[in-house]
Amino acid sequence: MSMNPSVLLTIALLPLAAAIVAGLFGKWIGRTAAHVVTIAAVGAAFVLSARVAWQLISGEVQVFNDTVYTWLVSDGVRMEVGFLIDELSVLMMCVVTFVSFCVHVYTIGYMHEDPGYQRFFAYISLFTFAMLMLVMSNNFMQLFFGWEAVGVVSYLLIGFWYTKPSAIFANLKAFLVNRVGDFGFVLGIAAVVYYTGSLDYRDAFAAAPQLAQTGYALTSSLEVSAITLICICLFIGAMGKSAQVPLHVWLPDSMEGPTPISALIHAATMVTAGIFMVARFSPLFEHSEAALSFVLVVGGTTALFMGFLGIVNNDIKRVVAYSTLSQLGYMTVALGASAYGAAIFHLMTHAFFKALLFLAAGSVIIGMHHEQDMRKMGGLGKLMPITAVTCWIGALALIGTPFLSGFYSKDFIIEAVHESTRWGATYAYWCVLLGVFVTAFYTFRMVFMTFHGKPRWHDADPHGEDGHGHGDHDHHGHGGGTPHESPWVVTLPLVLLAIPSLAIGYLTVEPVLFGGYFGQAIQVLEVNDVLAELAGHFHDPASFALSAVGHPPLWLALSGVVAAWYLYLKNPAMSDRLAAFFAPLRRVLDNKYYFDWVNENVFAAGSRALGRLFWKAGDQALIDGALVNGSANLVGSLAGAVRRVQTGYLYSYAFWMMIGLAGLLAWFLLLS
Amino acid sequence: MITLQHMLTLSGILFALSIAGIFLNRKNVILLLMCIELMLLAVNFSFVSFSRFLGDLDGQVFVFFVLTVAAAESAIGLAILVVLFRERRSINVEDLDTLKG
Amino acid sequence: MFVQLLFYGFSAILIAAALGVIVARNPVYSALSLVLAFFTSAALWLLIEAEFLAIVLVLVYVGAVMVLFLFVVMMLDINVEEIKRGFTRYAWLGWLVSTVVIAQMAAVYGLRNFGVDASITVARSPADHSNTRELGEVLYTQYVYPFELAAVLLLVAIVAAIALTMRRRPGLKPQDVAKQVAVRRQDRVRLVKGVRAEGVSPEGEGRGEAP
Repeated sequence: MSMNPSVLLTIALLPLAAAIVAGLFGKWIGRTAAHVVTIAAVGAAFVLSARVAWQLISGEVQVFNDTVYTWLVSDGVRMEVGFLIDELSVLMMCVVTFVSFCVHVYTIGYMHEDPGYQRFFAYISLFTFAMLMLVMSNNFMQLFFGWEAVGVVSYLLIGFWYTKPSAIFANLKAFLVNRVGDFGFVLGIAAVVYYTGSLDYRDAFAAAPQLAQTGYALTSSLEVSAITLICICLFIGAMGKSAQVPLHVWLPDSMEGPTPISALIHAATMVTAGIFMVARFSPLFEHSEAALSFVLVVGGTTALFMGFLGIVNNDIKRVVAYSTLSQLGYMTVALGASAYGAAIFHLMTHAFFKALLFLAAGSVIIGMHHEQDMRKMGGLGKLMPITAVTCWIGALALIGTPFLSGFYSKDFIIEAVHESTRWGATYAYWCVLLGVFVTAFYTFRMVFMTFHGKPRWHDADPHGEDGHGHGDHDHHGHGGGTPHESPWVVTLPLVLLAIPSLAIGYLTVEPVLFGGYFGQAIQVLEVNDVLAELAGHFHDPASFALSAVGHPPLWLALSGVVAAWYLYLKNPAMSDRLAAFFAPLRRVLDNKYYFDWVNENVFAAGSRALGRLFWKAGDQALIDGALVNGSANLVGSLAGAVRRVQTGYLYSYAFWMMIGLAGLLAWFLLLS
Repeated sequence: MITLQHMLTLSGILFALSIAGIFLNRKNVILLLMCIELMLLAVNFSFVSFSRFLGDLDGQVFVFFVLTVAAAESAIGLAILVVLFRERRSINVEDLDTLKG
Repeated sequence: MFVQLLFYGFSAILIAAALGVIVARNPVYSALSLVLAFFTSAALWLLIEAEFLAIVLVLVYVGAVMVLFLFVVMMLDINVEEIKRGFTRYAWLGWLVSTVVIAQMAAVYGLRNFGVDASITVARSPADHSNTRELGEVLYTQYVYPFELAAVLLLVAIVAAIALTMRRRPGLKPQDVAKQVAVRRQDRVRLVKGVRAEGVSPEGEGRGEAP
């Protein structure tokens, strides 16, 4: 039995309809109706997605891969709306709709006094629609549409508080950095069309082995295979969207947006689009060793070095954001090691616990009256018990505590990289291994600074005097006072997300990674199949968790926690001494490895200088000066010279007539 | 005897003198008109001479037409001059510089 | 020989007259010199037996065109001094160009590329030969069309010259004959009934009515 395409269309279009209702008619239907409509739509989409997933997994229906609408056919290239619903997409659909649902509910509490309430719901519903189109697509065109649509919504939401200059700066930055990645992505799609003449995944996958044999001369001496070219271009797109070094700079700044957005878009779903995309194109990437090595190195670098940045940051949301970057690096490493299943598995678990951490951070921010600086928190655990407990769960899952979801996904990535023999795998292995310690350290630094230790929120003005001041949108309207636990609409999603953070890894690791869950959705060449080798060591989740005692990651994580405990709870003075000792290193970290500096001073200033050159030399001097005004001036000066001949005096005309006569006679004489 | 050479030389001298006249009297429109008449006379001289010495009547017919056109031209020229003088109280060519850029 | 003497004499007068036209300080003298030049030209044309054109030259040019010139010259109040200023500034150029043109013309006329012998003399006509008749025969047959065109051209010139120079002065009271002829009695005469004005005595009225 095949799937009913109208069900699939309903899943995708329900959030769109809700977004239109809430967005265009939000003023009339009011706040309550706006969130009811959008939450109902997203909830229904989640239920339908779960049903489709169940039907697919239980074998009730087959994989759906068909066109539902042909937009246009141009020179044999068909631009269509189509769905490819296999194990990979249903998993993504469920994750997206579930996290989106939780965030919708959470938003009721988080945004309840914001004047842009309906707008916000419209945006997140629109985002859900775009993300669903992205993951359900069966062709590059629709993928690109979804890709750009989530980018647009991300842009809108980062700049949601559009009166705040830093938010506008951040959303512009996100947009521009994503353009860089999208440029590569478009080139990749163009290369696919160039070589296969089709936008459909099927045709591209079918042509992959043959493309691996086709050469493309980059320069006269350097030739790469067509598949490598395509894959690296596509991966550059993924680097932009999934914030891999060096296109990661937008993600920390995107924390200027409201916290639900940070959870939904910049942690759980949109930033994983790049991971999803590479996994979806595993049949292509598998044929290009070079591209996968590139992926490995980029991912490893991101995983480790972005983690370091989490250690020095004091903004609670930015710490989580750097953690997201680091975890995206882990997923990328898994992709590079051909462990696509592990990447997607980590994507899923990460979506839950990272969304949980973000929402917990948001809950803290509400409790602290929009204070984000961790140095002004502390001891919140007693005042915000639900938030603290769920945050602990998220943190433990993130650092890979055995039996929790993050443990399974992360451990298998490390193992898979260890198994991989690809160029760059060793580097990536050490990166991810060290990353475990770093992850544990910054995560628990955040937890300890926020929920434990001495309360520091009495000392400071809760509205904040430093750069994180949010006084201009203080929705609570009451300053100062004791932090308090958040309302149920905020804590309910925390609990909802804490459950899968705890359990989903244990429940699904076996079928997803080793049970052939992905079927034909992910294709791995036999020689690259590191997960198959790991399968030999794996018996059941519980015993695997117990065996972790014998592996370094657990001890690294533990030492990270202990180090954080010692430096930030037991002996805070020590951390300052360490900071002073490592001052030069710390300066590098505080400046985020100078990526922003380089971007602003090399790329931005360079392109401004280039622009000024073209403006001054090209436009003003050459076009305006030489061509436009120049031609007029030339005519003018020529006319000025010729005008002297036209004296306007009768006698000079007569004179010229005479000269002409003399000349004519002379000519006549010379001829004869 | 008078030869063609004689007549043509005389015609040439007359023509050259009228050219010199145009240069000399470049400021006076009336004299310019007179010089043009003189120039036409020189041309007519050539026509008549060729006509007579070569025995072809067409030359004289041509002179007839030239005389007609010259009469018309001087009539209109003088009329314009009169109008001009009324406007400007001058026939100095240097005052007629409206066309000068 | 006599004819040659006449030719040289007239030529000398002609050249002198032409010089007079171009160098005279007073435009009136220039015009009179031009008249002299036309007269001598007519005489020279008579020498080579182009009688009709010689007479026409005198009649048309001397009688009409030159009188017109003189008329205009004298009518306009020309500041001779002002006009003659800078007389010699470009004189050298004028003489130079003239010399060049003379040289060139001499070269052109001296060439044998006319296919004629420049030293031929004019063929003497018999005594009863009429140059006028000869021309007329050609003019009214072969050249009748250009002849008519020339007539139209002259008409146009007349109309143009009048149109250019004629002006209506304000304040003139010209006679309108058509209006005078078309006038009727009621346009001019209005009968007024007598009205007795207040304060006028009946005696006065009675007196007025008395024959």
